[in-house]
Parts: sequence; structure tokens; C-alpha cells
Amino acid sequence: MAKERSCCCSTETKTILACSGASNVGQITNEVAKKLDEAGEANFFCLAGVGGHVSGMIESAKGADKVVVLDGCPVACAKKTMDAAGIAGYEYLVVTELGIEKKHDFSLAPADVEQTRTAVRTKLGLPVCCG
Amino acid sequence: MKRIQVLGAGCPKCKKLAENAEAAAKALGIEYELVKVTNIAEIMKFGVMMTPALAVDGVVKVAGKVPSVDEVKPLLS
Repeated sequence: MAKERSCCCSTETKTILACSGASNVGQITNEVAKKLDEAGEANFFCLAGVGGHVSGMIESAKGADKVVVLDGCPVACAKKTMDAAGIAGYEYLVVTELGIEKKHDFSLAPADVEQTRTAVRTKLGLPVCCG
Repeated sequence: MKRIQVLGAGCPKCKKLAENAEAAAKALGIEYELVKVTNIAEIMKFGVMMTPALAVDGVVKVAGKVPSVDEVKPLLS
């Protein structure tokens, strides 16, 4: 069942945009963003919508109280997409900078996903002790 | 004529945004049509993930905020 989006009465809005790229680290960004959204800890936004100049997506990203942008590797596609759309003031994390090696496969090690999730939760200002 | 759309389910912030948008349009003396879009499925078609949001002629200008009358004016011109 689809998660019901809140209207405008929520307190702080936390948003994640992930590169979701075609490698293990790209898919780790997608997996982490998905897990945090499913847990109700952040809203996973479509980076493709930002890249496609969808005005609603761009303005939603600008309107969020806290935005974390995730790139899998230093190619930094997500960051470049945000910058091209004129969205600034976001937190930023690159998965390979956590010491996770980029591979062109989609075998995600659970420990790598968890390590990245913890790092993202810290960027979001969420407590890291409760899962 | 400007088509001003206020996207939101109808909470107090959405109503305030509609009031501010209308006041801005009147202050500018422009011809306008104000439409309140309250259906979530319709709102999602704009790509909006946070409401309230304001669209002018189909382009979302602001989301997740309630801009003041003065802040809305440049968005309408």
C-alpha cells in the first residue's frame, strides 16, 4: 500500500535525493534512501525529476528544511544535477568516501548499506542508536 | 489571464497561501483565475512532494512554504 503523504502540517521536512546509479555504490544510495523513507525518517525524492526540470520537484527540494544528497562515487552526478537546478544548501555524502569500493555489479553487502544508512542518518540529524 | 493554482488538501497553511496569492494578484491588478487543487492525485501530477504549493500557469513556483503577499507578487509577474 502506498504511503500516505502528509499535507503541510508536518514539522521539519527531511528529504533525500540519491544518484541511484548503475553500480553497487549507486544502488546503495537508492537502497538507503528507500529504507529511510519506508521508516518514515525522510522523504525520498526523485532526482530524475530535478534533472528533468519538473518544477514541482525542484521547488519541493528547495522547500525542504533539510536535504541530503547521496552520490555513490566521485563522478557526483547527483550533486551536479542539484547544482544545475540551482538548489543549494544541502548536506552531501559520497558512498566511496566511506571506504566502500565501487564495483560494476549490484551485489549490495548488508554491512555497506547499514554503514551508509548510519552516515546518512547522522547528516539528517537523526539519532544513530535506534535502527 | 494568469491561472493561479494553490495545491494543498485544505489545511490552514493552504488557505493562507490562497489568501496571499489572491491579495498579490489584486495588488498587481492582473487578470487571474484562482483554482484550489485539493485532490492528492492531482497534486502529485505536479511533482509536488510538499504542500502547500503555488503554481502559476502550470509551473510550480514554491512548495512547502507560505510566501507573503510581497513574496508572491514577483511570482505572478
